[in-house]
Amino acid sequence: MVHYQARLDTTFAALSDVTRRGVLEQLGGSDASITDLAQRFHMTLTGMKKHVGVLEQAGLVTTQKVGRVRTCKLGPRRLEEEAAWIERHRQIWIARFDALDELVEHLKGKEKADVQRKRR
Amino acid sequence: MSSEKEGSSATVNRTTVERKSNRELVVTRTFDAPAHVVFEAWSKPELFKRWWVPKAADLTLLSCEMDVRTGGTYRLVFRHPAFDEPMAFFGTYREVTPNRRIVWTNEESDQGAVTTVTFEEHDGKTLVTFHERYPTEAALDEALAGSAEALPEQFAQLDALLAGGS
Repeated sequence: MVHYQARLDTTFAALSDVTRRGVLEQLGGSDASITDLAQRFHMTLTGMKKHVGVLEQAGLVTTQKVGRVRTCKLGPRRLEEEAAWIERHRQIWIARFDALDELVEHLKGKEKADVQRKRR
Repeated sequence: MSSEKEGSSATVNRTTVERKSNRELVVTRTFDAPAHVVFEAWSKPELFKRWWVPKAADLTLLSCEMDVRTGGTYRLVFRHPAFDEPMAFFGTYREVTPNRRIVWTNEESDQGAVTTVTFEEHDGKTLVTFHERYPTEAALDEALAGSAEALPEQFAQLDALLAGGS
């Protein structure tokens, strides 16, 4: 659980930057080298390397160096995290609404009993 | 006529949770009761506090003040064993239409969500739609990260509960 929290924190930190989100969107279309990305986002190579490093650490991007070119592509993580988050919220809401359902049944029963009592 | 049994609708009616857009979370569920009954459970603090905090959660609701009318305010204070200080959630009811709709703000930060819950009655059943809209995508992401971070034990207990219960 703690491990999961730490991973999620890294993911959200990585996603908190507009350039990094842009890079993910770009990589969603096609793989690109760091040089391509730097040009597209009007950034120095060093600056882009840093951003890609953060995304890589969060598992959102993987890179592979072939010769002198480092190619970036989307990592396997993003959808997984989102699905996990939604699942956790689903569990809370199921528990919450099951409790509400029970209460509502109880109130409904009480209301019916009140109506019958008044009729008598 | 009286085919409904205590708790029977829980197995039939499903809760759906969806991240509808980058800024919105939507939860829906149908309840086997007229809208005024569900609205009552949502708008009276003594009833609200009986269901809002999941039983499995290690969370204690210390106080629950709700003045459910347009312009009224609410304040919920929780305690969690992982934190020294209690946590307060507060805001304003922007719009309250009895048995139909409640809209409230969340004012702990300027990035708080605006939540709308609607009650739609059809044939004696009520569809409840809970809709949370954050001012920015980053705010939703932060809320997600925050909720996940703040409630690990709650999640763990819920996981255990649900695993054992199914």
